[in-house]
Amino acid sequence: QFNGQKKANGKYTVTFIEGDGIGPEVSKSVKQIFAAADAPIDWEPVDVTPIASDGPTAIPDEAIQSVRRNLVALKGPLATPVGEGHVSLNLTLRRTFNLFANVRPCRSLQGYKTPYDNVDTVLIRENTEGEYSGIEHIVVDGVVQCIKLITREASERVLRFAFQYAQSIRKPRVRVVHKATIMKMSDGLFLTTAQNVAKEFPDIEFDSELLDNACLKMVTDPTPYNDIVMVMPNLYGDILSDMCAGLIGGLGLTPSGNIGDECSIFEAVHGSAPDIAGKNLANPTALLLSSVMMLQHMGLNSHAERIHRAILQTIAEGKTLTGDLRGNAKTDEYTNAIIEKL
Amino acid sequence: MATVSQDIFKPTKFGGKYTVTLIPGDGIGVEVTESVKTIFKHENVPVEWDQIDVTGVVTGKQHLEDLFQQAVLSLKRNKVGLKGILYTPVEMSGHQSFNVALRQELDIYASVVLIKNIPGYETRHANVDMCLIRENTEGEYSGLEHQSVPGVVESLKIVTRMKSERICRFAFSFAKANGRQKVTCIHKANIMKLGDGLFRLTFHEVAKDYPGLIVEDLIVDNASMQAVSNPQQFDVLVMPNLYGSILSNIGAALVGGPGIIPGCNMGREYAVFEPGCRHVGLDIKGTNQANPTALVLSSTMMLRHLGLDESATRISQAVYAVIADGKVRTKDMGGNATTTDFTNAILQKMELV
Ligand SMILES: Nc1ncnc2c1ncn2[C@@H]1O[C@H](COP(=O)(O)OP(=O)(O)OP(=O)(O)O)[C@@H](O)[C@H]1O
Ligand SMILES: Nc1ncnc2c1ncn2[C@@H]1O[C@H](COP(=O)(O)OP(=O)(O)OP(=O)(O)O)[C@@H](O)[C@H]1O
Ligand SMILES: [Mg+2]
Ligand SMILES: [Mg+2]
Repeated sequence: QFNGQKKANGKYTVTFIEGDGIGPEVSKSVKQIFAAADAPIDWEPVDVTPIASDGPTAIPDEAIQSVRRNLVALKGPLATPVGEGHVSLNLTLRRTFNLFANVRPCRSLQGYKTPYDNVDTVLIRENTEGEYSGIEHIVVDGVVQCIKLITREASERVLRFAFQYAQSIRKPRVRVVHKATIMKMSDGLFLTTAQNVAKEFPDIEFDSELLDNACLKMVTDPTPYNDIVMVMPNLYGDILSDMCAGLIGGLGLTPSGNIGDECSIFEAVHGSAPDIAGKNLANPTALLLSSVMMLQHMGLNSHAERIHRAILQTIAEGKTLTGDLRGNAKTDEYTNAIIEKL
Repeated sequence: MATVSQDIFKPTKFGGKYTVTLIPGDGIGVEVTESVKTIFKHENVPVEWDQIDVTGVVTGKQHLEDLFQQAVLSLKRNKVGLKGILYTPVEMSGHQSFNVALRQELDIYASVVLIKNIPGYETRHANVDMCLIRENTEGEYSGLEHQSVPGVVESLKIVTRMKSERICRFAFSFAKANGRQKVTCIHKANIMKLGDGLFRLTFHEVAKDYPGLIVEDLIVDNASMQAVSNPQQFDVLVMPNLYGSILSNIGAALVGGPGIIPGCNMGREYAVFEPGCRHVGLDIKGTNQANPTALVLSSTMMLRHLGLDESATRISQAVYAVIADGKVRTKDMGGNATTTDFTNAILQKMELV
């Protein structure tokens, strides 16, 4: 669905939001590896520090224009102040560009042992509404209502995408994860919409599972989920995708893509990790794998393949790993090891 | 499990016997309650059952609501109950969850779920020992939903200071009473700034009344990730309703599944003991392969609550001894014993311990 055009020099321009905390370090790693791999990408760095305005959180116009022009961006982590007045910047970006689906694959890495082997899940999260609607109010002092908003339109869009995505990565089944026993109307709407959309995709099997069961079964044994694309409302997707990351060894490893009708933004699942920022300790794998997903999305499969293989080989060797993977390599040492593999 | 002092109430006791409401529930309920009944009889526990066969399965014949009301009345009379799980239909036309309605009706606001490795039964994770305290009566389970225009639905999540405060207080008292070190609040206050924000702020307010405990808070997605990669760090966890459902299932999976996790629901006046990881088990209903451990251990929590500690200890030790032996195990624990075999093995052990 990527409609970007090559420039005269044969390259694509991609917007790069380096982000906060460990963002610049992991971004640097990506840039070096892309250069070494001769990936046909020119980066266009932009700043998304929110502009002061009386209204809702807004990002600078240049950043918006850049993404609209290039149709694709790679993004590092952005810190969200907890409890402060302003909406998460990540959320603002998703809203600004209407990035309705968040794709989060999660695959065990050979060479890094966890209690779970052969994990290969794909989870798609509705990205624009649900519990993240941001509609909350104080009814009287001490009583708060939060509104979870589910619309047929947004549900249909993300569900249809889930089926298409399953087709594109050749997984035979789509499964909706829901809690329609309790939220009969909202999750019920998501579920019935799914049942309808499923009819458009007779070649893909469709089923559904209660959120409780999904948690129980995935943590008991994740491998039966390997041939499934899971799709779910916003909050469940947030929680379950982080849980999947936990199965394979943490946030330093999991990529994600935010897909919209026009543009897409690829980003690591992790946050800005202020505790290790600036120390050359961060694991850039998550952002690297996100950049691989980005190349695939742009149809640059051979470049994606090459970089991906170099990352996997480096981790499988286990000699040059960052601290979060029980290694003692610095960010740049790990980066160089990958470049050698290229 | 020590009873939390603020929530003492008097169960009905006649002629030296307690009357306890028994709700077997749907799915595997009948089989696992049968196990408890057999064990209690063998131990001569002074408990008289007041059994109500409520069901959530719509067959067109029964009057589901009437039975449900009977169960509520029985619990109000007896103040203590032992319960399996009731089925809830997914269809929009179907009835509301009776499990939730019961908790709301009796205001049994605190769900306690004990997640601990059972010695002798190895899983992917060792040394897990955490206790989930879950708000049971509001949050995402408020049941308030409406369709503003066709295709646009709003579900309300309600968070109140009053209910947040009492559940946090319960968690801290529980931690103190049971010699626990740390209490962690699970929330999503970065997104639900007002709702979960209120829960989190209240937690930290209440914490001031309980010096000597380590106090932390954690975002629910991070908690779920940590739970599967480093669960040993957790001790007592307190959280709104939905996150409790998620973490109790993750937790159950860490130590061996829903068949072994006991739990209870407590309020000021009533206590209902039920498996901590709430599954109906329709898929194995009537096949005599359910693991009764979760309900049996829930029933021993109940015995302690009634002050019948000796019987509680004898029964729970027998259960642990059977599991440690490893010879008689149900299918979910990798064995091929039936529910009945397992129950009989417990009876035999009780002779010895
Ligand atoms: N790429 C990475 N490499 C190594 N460790 C990481 C990486 N990303 C996250 N971590 C670790 O995971 C933990 C959680 O970090 P994360 O940044 O996601 O949350 P955070 O600290 O709440 O940041 P934010 O507020 O930006 O979300 C931290 O201890 C961090 O050091
Ligand atoms: N006491 C138990 N012993 C053994 N297995 C159990 C026990 N309780 C639950 N399970 C298992 O846990 C799983 C989840 O149970 P659950 O009740 O949610 O399934 P279900 O209701 O039958 O199916 P579904 O939720 O898909 O309609 C099932 O496979 C069930 O058999
Ligand atoms: Mg998250
Ligand atoms: Mg974070």
